[in-house]
Amino acid sequence: MLAYIVRRLAYGVLVVLGVLLFLFMLFFAITSPDDIARKSVGEKAPPRVIEQWKHVHGYDRPLWPGPDHMTDNLFVDHFRRMLTLDLGKSDADSVPIARRIREGAGPSLLLTVPMFALGLLLGIGVSLFVALFRESYIDRAGVLVSVLLMSIPMLLYIIFGQFLLSKVLRWFPLSGFDDDPVVVGRFLALPVLIAVASSLGSSVRFYRTVFVEEIYKDYVRTARAKGAGELHVLRDHVLRNALIPILTDVVMTIPFLFTGSLLLEAAFGIPGLGSMVVDAINANDFSTLRAMVFLGSLLFIVGQVLTDISYTIVDPRIRLE
Amino acid sequence: MTKVAVLLAAPGLFEQAAFGNAIVLGVLALAAVAGFYCAKNEIWRQALGEVFRRRKLSVLVLGIYVLLALADSISWVGGGEAGADAVQAHEARSLVDRWFEGTTEKSYSAPLGVAEFYDKTPLQRPRAHLLGTNILGQDVLYMTVKGARVALLIGGLTSLIAIPLALFFGLVAGYFGGRIDDIVFFVMSTLASMPGILLLIALIMVLGQSTFSVCMALGVTSWVSFCRLARGETMKLRELDYVAAARALGASHAAILWRHILPNLLHLVVISFVLLFSSLVLAEATLSWLGIGVRGSWGNMIAQAKDELSRDPIIWWNVTAAGVAVFVLLLCVNRIGDALRDVLDPRTLGEGR
Amino acid sequence: MSAVLDVSKLMTSFPAGKKRVPVLADVTFSLAAGRCLALVGESGSGKSMTALSILRLVPRPGQIDAGSVTLSGRDLLTLPVPEMRSVRGREIAMIFQEPMTSLNPVVSVGEQVVEAIVLHEKVSKQAARERSVELFRRVGIPDPGARVHSFPHQLSGGLKQRVMIAMALALRPRVLLADEPTTALDVTVQAQILELLRELQAESETAILLITHDFGVVNQLADDIAVMYAGRIVESGSRTAILESPSHPYTRGLLAALPGRARAGERLQEIPGRMPAPADVPVGCPFAPRCPEAIADCGAWTARLTKLDKREVACLRREEAGGAS
Repeated sequence: MLAYIVRRLAYGVLVVLGVLLFLFMLFFAITSPDDIARKSVGEKAPPRVIEQWKHVHGYDRPLWPGPDHMTDNLFVDHFRRMLTLDLGKSDADSVPIARRIREGAGPSLLLTVPMFALGLLLGIGVSLFVALFRESYIDRAGVLVSVLLMSIPMLLYIIFGQFLLSKVLRWFPLSGFDDDPVVVGRFLALPVLIAVASSLGSSVRFYRTVFVEEIYKDYVRTARAKGAGELHVLRDHVLRNALIPILTDVVMTIPFLFTGSLLLEAAFGIPGLGSMVVDAINANDFSTLRAMVFLGSLLFIVGQVLTDISYTIVDPRIRLE
Repeated sequence: MTKVAVLLAAPGLFEQAAFGNAIVLGVLALAAVAGFYCAKNEIWRQALGEVFRRRKLSVLVLGIYVLLALADSISWVGGGEAGADAVQAHEARSLVDRWFEGTTEKSYSAPLGVAEFYDKTPLQRPRAHLLGTNILGQDVLYMTVKGARVALLIGGLTSLIAIPLALFFGLVAGYFGGRIDDIVFFVMSTLASMPGILLLIALIMVLGQSTFSVCMALGVTSWVSFCRLARGETMKLRELDYVAAARALGASHAAILWRHILPNLLHLVVISFVLLFSSLVLAEATLSWLGIGVRGSWGNMIAQAKDELSRDPIIWWNVTAAGVAVFVLLLCVNRIGDALRDVLDPRTLGEGR
Repeated sequence: MSAVLDVSKLMTSFPAGKKRVPVLADVTFSLAAGRCLALVGESGSGKSMTALSILRLVPRPGQIDAGSVTLSGRDLLTLPVPEMRSVRGREIAMIFQEPMTSLNPVVSVGEQVVEAIVLHEKVSKQAARERSVELFRRVGIPDPGARVHSFPHQLSGGLKQRVMIAMALALRPRVLLADEPTTALDVTVQAQILELLRELQAESETAILLITHDFGVVNQLADDIAVMYAGRIVESGSRTAILESPSHPYTRGLLAALPGRARAGERLQEIPGRMPAPADVPVGCPFAPRCPEAIADCGAWTARLTKLDKREVACLRREEAGGAS
């Protein structure tokens, strides 16, 4: 088992290198540093200004390794820095990106963790309920409502949520944030509510399918033949097996709790990593975007390895190879 | 490299109505061909007939969307009202454009209203605007109908890029295995490890914001999941006995792929196409909100209109029209997708009465 | 020998569109204590559905429409659900065809036997575990003390089936429903399992309903035979009576088709045509379209079992002939 984990980690490192290569091609080759400079200082800026900008932001070196600059070029530099997590400075305002990330992670987590926990509990609870009554009107209604909820873009949830619950009913503040962990609850309640509502539909659809598939399996029939009742069957047989695919889904999302939700943070004025990305878009801040994509990849690979480990813990078929 | 990017991003060529029209008509033609093939194939005809039977309303409504998109894709230059300005005379205008010709007011007006919303001057066409007008005075119903073509373009074009590509690589990787599989799997892993929305944003920022770039970006971020599916299925099919039998009889790899493996992947193609369409429209809405979506899409309308709800008195018809349009489309597509998934379950397909 | 289980005119159906399609029609037979009745028939003839109907485990949307299933005086079909649950596993137990999928993959096999015990008896988990080790020993699982901690995927097919048997017989049920218990196993293992069932039956006087399509299995274990076709019992009687002198044309066709009965160099005999799907069962005798002895009246005759000649047979021709075969 240890060998397997090590192999997965090694492949993960390979993928990280692949991601870095892709990012380099995208951000340095397809778009050249000249283009990036022009986006910042203007299309018609004179060459002198462009060169100045490039110098300030560290883009004024050759792109590829060459005979007399094997290590002093953007290509090697990119790999070296990213792999040592030296994320550089923002193209927009030269603030160190790492610092921004540290500052933004907290607020993002304050939003995503409750969102995740509540969404999970509600999702599993509702789908268990619906699965218990499968093939009945409750089940069909549940599926229909889930599809309905899934078909509304997050956009609309935010707009109408803010409009209805904030402006009209005045139950929640429209947007904003506070450093005080108690006060901030008021500001986070609405975005968390909206986030849970918008993801409930697809969660219930997915979990319900997993539960219903397990319920129709042979070993459940055996349990019934032994005299087990519906609740016993759900709890001791279906849930234990269904948790395996659900676990993959869940563990994979955990790393992304850090990156935050772009739409929600921007709409509700939460100064997290999502807002940071939105600001980067508006300011043509390529280096921040580059860093965030890289960070996302790292988190994803970590998530995959975590998922593999959790599998070996939960599924005896894998644990006892 | 830069030159390629410039070409890709050049709005001139690809924003032409002709390109978009060709894509929409092309997608519909493809669908018609596929439909013709299905009508002749017993299993597919039964399956699709079953789906239609269960989801009559959804299919009908989807058909209306398609018709509207079609109407907006048939365009030509010239004709129309005399005295139209010089620019308009040279632009291609579609059936939908011509239907709504001359309906522009100065600014906002309420649905079926008689006067401008804020300054109360009488409208040129009182009570003619079913859903009111937007900030530029354009009829909201007109703008909503035009969104259908954009949605189809986004869904159609992107799927046309993503699915055949994913299918090809999945087939090849799953069937031949070895080095080819290693490479494809590595590329898939690399792309899949980057968070979708971030990658999408990065691609659009680099490639530009034209319709084609957005579709390219959407395509790059969405081909991986289907490719993985195709690869997995191909690997399973490759092990089946009748494939080994075909090889023993001397069939070439191409023949086996075409005759034995590909037909068994088609149900996955159909289901994935439908589900992809749904997620693409949703993704585009997010992009519009972030300011980098496609012009004229419903997502765009919603994003532009979000400030309108905070005015006093509020302007609700813009965002409601676009919101309902998107919601109904996604609902129909999701419902049909569900029914397809149930009906095209290989267990039911393989039963053969 | 009194009947432990009496099945009478059992009818089970499934919906197809707006109609209901019967998959079991007028199924009638009895099980006596200490004896084994083999329910024989092709795939799709309704054998498994019969067992599931007895336990009221017919999968939705199917349902039992009519008939009675009497266990020592009580009609199981009218019992309230909690009482039925106490019957399942305790008075009537069932083992299934695919041991691979019939055991919970993430729970140890010992715990699954413990579950069977604890569902019906108020014993401590510890006591139940000790009993499960003893049960494993009794069904011939080597090193039972260690084996109770194994997971299903670590055991061979034969061992898994022994686990199923241990689970089923844990509470000494009076009836055991065995749905093709050896079909998924190798021939050598098959013989061992059947031998085990024979021993256990002798020990505890359990009545066994053995569902199978394999006459070899019938020969090894059955005392009586009931032949099913298209959801109906077409012939039933003692094993010797049926095997030596089959009466119903279908039974005769089945036995004639056995490779063992053919002479060297002869073409294997077969029954032309196919058994109809439940939705396509014709009016009258279901076997009539394929029957070499069918007459016009067979198409209008309501199938019913008649007692003649040391067995019961559902055939118009036999009825009219009054038992002479």
